[in-house]
Amino acid sequence: MSNTIQHNTNKVITAEHLTKKFGHFTAVDDISFEVERGEIFGFLGANGAGKTTAMRMLCGLSIPTSGKGFVAGYDIGSQTELVKRNIGYMSQKFSLYDDLKVWENIELFGGIYGMNDAEIKVKTDELMKVLNFENERDKRVGSLPLGFKQKLAFSVSIFHSPQVVFLDEPTGGVDPITRRQFWELIYDATSKGITVFVTTHYMDEAEYCNRVSIMVDGKIEALDSPKNLKTQFNATSMEEVFQQLARKSTRKAD
Amino acid sequence: MKQLLSFVQKEFHHILRDKTTMMILLLMPIIQIILFGFAITTEVKNTQVAVLAPTNDEATQRITDKINASAYFDVVDRIHNTNEILPIFRDAKAKLVVVFEDHFAEKLRHTGTAHIQLIADATDPNAATSFSFYANNIIMDYQKELMAQKTNPYQIRPEIKMLYNPQMLGAFNFVPGVLGMIMILICAMMTSISIVREKEKGTMEILLVSPMKPIYIILSKITPYFVLSCVNFATIMLLSVYVLKVPIAGSFLSLVAVSLLYIFVSLSLGLLVSTLTDSQQAAMLISGMGLMIPVMLLSGMIFPIENMPVPLQWVSNIIPAKWYISAVKTIMIKGLGISAVLKEVSVLILMSLVLIGISLKKFKIRLE
Repeated sequence: MSNTIQHNTNKVITAEHLTKKFGHFTAVDDISFEVERGEIFGFLGANGAGKTTAMRMLCGLSIPTSGKGFVAGYDIGSQTELVKRNIGYMSQKFSLYDDLKVWENIELFGGIYGMNDAEIKVKTDELMKVLNFENERDKRVGSLPLGFKQKLAFSVSIFHSPQVVFLDEPTGGVDPITRRQFWELIYDATSKGITVFVTTHYMDEAEYCNRVSIMVDGKIEALDSPKNLKTQFNATSMEEVFQQLARKSTRKAD
Repeated sequence: MKQLLSFVQKEFHHILRDKTTMMILLLMPIIQIILFGFAITTEVKNTQVAVLAPTNDEATQRITDKINASAYFDVVDRIHNTNEILPIFRDAKAKLVVVFEDHFAEKLRHTGTAHIQLIADATDPNAATSFSFYANNIIMDYQKELMAQKTNPYQIRPEIKMLYNPQMLGAFNFVPGVLGMIMILICAMMTSISIVREKEKGTMEILLVSPMKPIYIILSKITPYFVLSCVNFATIMLLSVYVLKVPIAGSFLSLVAVSLLYIFVSLSLGLLVSTLTDSQQAAMLISGMGLMIPVMLLSGMIFPIENMPVPLQWVSNIIPAKWYISAVKTIMIKGLGISAVLKEVSVLILMSLVLIGISLKKFKIRLE
C-alpha cells in the first residue's frame, strides 16, 4: 500500500465539490467539507435533501459525477476497495441477520472484514461484557428488543476498528432513554479514535454532535458547532435552526 | 478465503434454521415422484366396463370374458336395454359400454358379419382413445381365433415392438421431467429469493459497503442450493431405480455431467431473476409463473412438443428444461452416450454463458 494517497492525516473525511446527478436531477450539488479525526459529525437534512446520496458516495457505493472525496486517506473514486476496508456502516434499516445468533453475527462480520478467529473471539468476549449481553450471546438476534439490536448493530459496525463509522439514522423508532444509551456507545467509540459521521432526524441528537452540517436541496446551507449555529441563527434550539433553513427548500420530500 | 467461508457458513445457517422450507425442499422430489408414479398416470388400468348383450350366446360370452380377463378392464355391470346406457355414464359406473347387436352369434355364423358398438366416456379424450383401442384389439383377437378355425390361408399379423420402454411405463417419461422441474425450482427460485431477501432486509447494503467482493456474495449464495440440488438429484435417482424400476440404461457419469450443467443454467437463471426484482414476492412470482409453468407445459414433460402449434414449438426451444429432459431421456432411457446429446449439451452451455453474462453485468450495475 505504498502508493496510497495520504491526503491529510488529521482530516478523516474530505469532500471537495462533490456532485451527483441522476439524469437532469442534481441530488448532491457541489458540497465541500472536512471532518477531523475523532469528531462526531452530524449530517442533517430533510428527506430528499441528498443526505443518503452524499453518504453513499463517501462509502464507495456510488461514483460521484464530479468533484473529489477522500475517506480515511483514500480516494473514493479510485480506491473504493481501500475505503471500504477502513470504514464501518450502519444503515437505517436495522441490518443484522435475525436468524443468526448474536455471536454468529459478530463472527460473520469479523470474518467479512478479514479478522482472524482468535482476534474475533477475544473481542467478542470483551464486547459481550461491555454491552452486558453475556446472557444474550446464544440468542437469535430476531428475538431481541429493537434497542438491543441497534446497540449490537452499532458494535458490529465498529468491530473491525475502522477509522470512520457512517451511521444512517441509527436510532429510529426507539425511546429517548435507549437513544441516550446509544449515544454513550458513540462517545465511547470516539474515545478510541473512531470518527463518527451520523445522519439524524432528531434535533436533540444534533446537540450531541461536535459539528453539524445542514443540507437543503442538495447543498450544505450551514456548518458549525451546534452552539455557534444557534447564535448565528439567533435560535434557542437546533430545532429552530433547522426549521429556519428547511423552510427554504423548494424540493419535495420523497 | 476466510471471507467466503464465513459467508457460506452463514448461508447454510439460514437454510438449516428454516426447517419448514428445508423439509419442503427435501420432500418435494419424493412427493412428486410418488404423485407422478402412482397417482397421476396416463396408463389405462382396470377401466370399468358395462356389457349390453340382448341375446346372451357363446360369442358374446367369449368376448365379454376376454375383456374381463384383460388387465385393462373390469366388467362391472351387465345391462339389457339401450335405455340403461346413459344412466351408466351419468352415474359414472363405467367408462366404456360394449353393445352387441341382437342374435350376435347367429348373425356371425350365417352372414359372416355382426356388429359391436363401443361407447366410451370421452371426457378424458386421451384415456378414451387408449382404452377403446385396447377393447378393439381384444375383439380383433377374437376374430382371429374364429378365422384360425376356418383355416383362412391369408393372415396378416402385425407385431409392434416398443423400443426402450417395452411395457410403455409412464415413469420413463416423467422421471426426466420431474428432474428438470425440481432443479429449476430449487436452483432458480430459492437462489433468487435468498438474494432478494437480503435486499429487502437491508443487509445487502451492509455487504456492499464491506470489502466483500460481489462475486463472493454470489458464490456463497449459490453453494448451499447447489448442495441441495445434488441431494435431490440423488433422491430422485434412487427412487426411480429402486421404487419405480426405471433403470439407468446409459452412463451414470454422463447423466451426472449433464445434470451439473443444467443445475448451473438454473442457478444463473435464479441470479438473473434476483437482479430484476426487489421483493421476495416478485421473485417468487417470476420464478413460479415464469419458470415453473413453462417447464411443466412446454418442456415435453407432460405434453409432447411435436403436438404443439408451431409458434409454441419455437418458444419451447428457449426453455432449458426441454433440452435437459431430452438429454436425460437419451442417456437414461435409451442408454446412449454423451456423444448422442451433443446438441442438447451445446444449447445448455450457450444458455448458461448468456445468462451468467447478463446477470453478472446487471448485478454490478446495481452496485453503482
